[in-house]
Amino acid sequence: MTDRRRQQAQPMPSEEICATCPVHNKANLLKLGVDMEDWDYVVALAGNPNTGKSTVFNALTGLRQHTGNWPGKTVTRAEGGFKYGDHRYKLVDLPGTYSLLATSLDEEIARDFILFGQPDVTVVVVDATRLERNLNLVLQVLGITDRVVVCLNLMDEAKRNGLVIDERRLARDLGVPVVPTVARRNEGLDQLLQAISDVANGETKGRIYHIKNESPQLKEAIATLTAQVKQLYPDLPNARWVALRLLDGDEHIADALRKGELGVLTREMNGDDHRHLEHKQEVA
Amino acid sequence: MKDVKSITPDDIIATAQTLRWEVGDFHEKIMEAIYEDAAHIADRAVTRPGEERRFDLDRTIDKVVTSKIWGFPLMILLFALVFWITISLANYPSALIAELLIGKIYPALQDFATMIGVPWWLSGILIDGVYLTTAWVVSVMLPPMAIFFPMFTLLEDFGYLPRVAFNLDSIFKKSGAHGKQALSMMMGFGCNAAGVISTRVIDSPRERLIAMITNNFALCNGRWPTQILIATLFIGALVPAHFAGLISAAAVVGIAVLGILFSFLVSWGLSRTVLRGEVSTFSLELPPYRPPRILRTIYTSIIDRTIYVLWRAIIFAAPAGAVIWLISNLTVNGTSVAGYLVNFLNPLGILIGLNGVILVAYIVAIPANEIVIPTVLMLTILMAGVDKYGAGSGVLIDASPAATKEILIYGGWTLLTAVNLMLFSLLHNPCSTTIYTIYKETGSRKWTAVGAFLPLIIGFIVTFFVAQIWRLVANIF
Repeated sequence: MTDRRRQQAQPMPSEEICATCPVHNKANLLKLGVDMEDWDYVVALAGNPNTGKSTVFNALTGLRQHTGNWPGKTVTRAEGGFKYGDHRYKLVDLPGTYSLLATSLDEEIARDFILFGQPDVTVVVVDATRLERNLNLVLQVLGITDRVVVCLNLMDEAKRNGLVIDERRLARDLGVPVVPTVARRNEGLDQLLQAISDVANGETKGRIYHIKNESPQLKEAIATLTAQVKQLYPDLPNARWVALRLLDGDEHIADALRKGELGVLTREMNGDDHRHLEHKQEVA
Repeated sequence: MKDVKSITPDDIIATAQTLRWEVGDFHEKIMEAIYEDAAHIADRAVTRPGEERRFDLDRTIDKVVTSKIWGFPLMILLFALVFWITISLANYPSALIAELLIGKIYPALQDFATMIGVPWWLSGILIDGVYLTTAWVVSVMLPPMAIFFPMFTLLEDFGYLPRVAFNLDSIFKKSGAHGKQALSMMMGFGCNAAGVISTRVIDSPRERLIAMITNNFALCNGRWPTQILIATLFIGALVPAHFAGLISAAAVVGIAVLGILFSFLVSWGLSRTVLRGEVSTFSLELPPYRPPRILRTIYTSIIDRTIYVLWRAIIFAAPAGAVIWLISNLTVNGTSVAGYLVNFLNPLGILIGLNGVILVAYIVAIPANEIVIPTVLMLTILMAGVDKYGAGSGVLIDASPAATKEILIYGGWTLLTAVNLMLFSLLHNPCSTTIYTIYKETGSRKWTAVGAFLPLIIGFIVTFFVAQIWRLVANIF
């Protein structure tokens, strides 16, 4: 499965060959703009500031969210829709953040949506020229959910800077699909759509990432707490992440635990109706 | 004894607390672990070019535009250039549109109304009120916006604005505000309501409040056209024609820079009085320069900004036109309602170098700064009771730039009025949308009131002193 996808991610050889290739299916993309009735899947767009989230958003929905070459442009969520294949998707553009440790309002919006909004797929848009710093966020997202696609954007700039990125190795290390794109010029969006649809339909399975370089003491603390969280909510897929946040003294997560909201999530995750999750976190 | 099966959330939280103390510095440790992992994975995936990059264009440009010596002069020059181009190009299309909408279509509409026998008051409200005000807004605002916004958006897409923020950052910190306020101010140069929302990137509530309250000092879309028009008509006219564009541009830049200075000054004042506290540090990332895609930028900036602002202006101008016509034509004891209002505010207006008409216009224009000048024109004609322009009360008939100036001078405008109007346009209450946004963001009536009235009070003080000094100096010579 993933192999097929990776081959598709290769640069396109020529026009005619492309037209016959199954991946040449932007024709299957129907930009729905703000028409978001009856969506089947919710897709969240996360990423560091100024990596091109809004550009990806516009390319997929046909909307014209103002994009600007500057960090911190999107501070609220923008939503739009598109149809790909047989399914309708709702796309939510989150504010750009460097981390999900929620010290400011924009980080909180992004974090809460990925956690409580339960998107079917979270696309993390990554600046290929600043991979190391961007991966910090990817790893944090991967702590919460395994339904992730990494969109390796700004590949043109990476090339200009002489960087060669082995996206297959990256995909293997992270355990989720990695799609190189140049969203500004619509390059790689076909493959991105395919990857999103694969993850949404459960055809590609990612894995939750566990941070490796922990001290033994830390490891033990995390293990103890994770066990307790799992005891309370056996179905919680990201129990380890919840444990990490509790250890960090995150009041927000502690509250969610007390109110049993994490439990609600679990049921929803296995089950069916996302609709009433319609984001409670309107930010005042 | 505790039953293992009935573990409660509070138990877990308590365990977490204990463990946290045992581990110590948990946050740091976990961040370190994540960074280490990220570095490791990135290292495996990325191959860097073996050789040193020969010439880094981005860094070279950055060295110049963020240089301590050249940064500010370059910034001012660049903005001056943008305004100069706008001012030199906008007049001609303005006159053309005015000729079409007001010279041709307006009389045709009137003839048509007479022909089908529309009652005078209805054609008054619709044609003389709604249509004319709207037509005026379009002819005066569309050309400068259609030239200015694409150029401004190009600068933004190229990546220049974060450099401006970078230059301003240290001054903001010195005034006790957050460096990111430079970013929200940049947004404010487009729209103050958007600027207020963008202060969400600032973590500390204290610094966020300062940023919200001072955002209004960044000239917004609704005020740029006013500044450009008045500078062209009055300031540019002071010098020989071939310098006029340059001098007008300099005047507009001067006002914008003054706004930035006020933003520093007020931030400084607030952070030393009611909003005292520590200054947070942050790292401002300079994005790479990206060659702007010119056609796309022009398209989106015309759709997103020009049409959006114009549409907003029209939406507010149309009912305002009807209101102006009505208050001009409803009379009590022989004087119109507008007349009473203007006469009532006139002494205050004159005191601060403006006039009653302008103050009434600013009240009418609270929903949208865009319609200040159209309102001033309509009211001026009414107050002068002119039939000179071939029309009755509350009607304006020609909107070419030259005729505009003629009407204003007829209404008693002097160079002082023009200068003070430009100052007052910078320093007055934000539009109702922005005020509402401040309320939504702060949830506090008190801070909303501060955000609304502080700039207004400053505006009154500044224009008052300018008027007094101006008159003093004028008397001496």
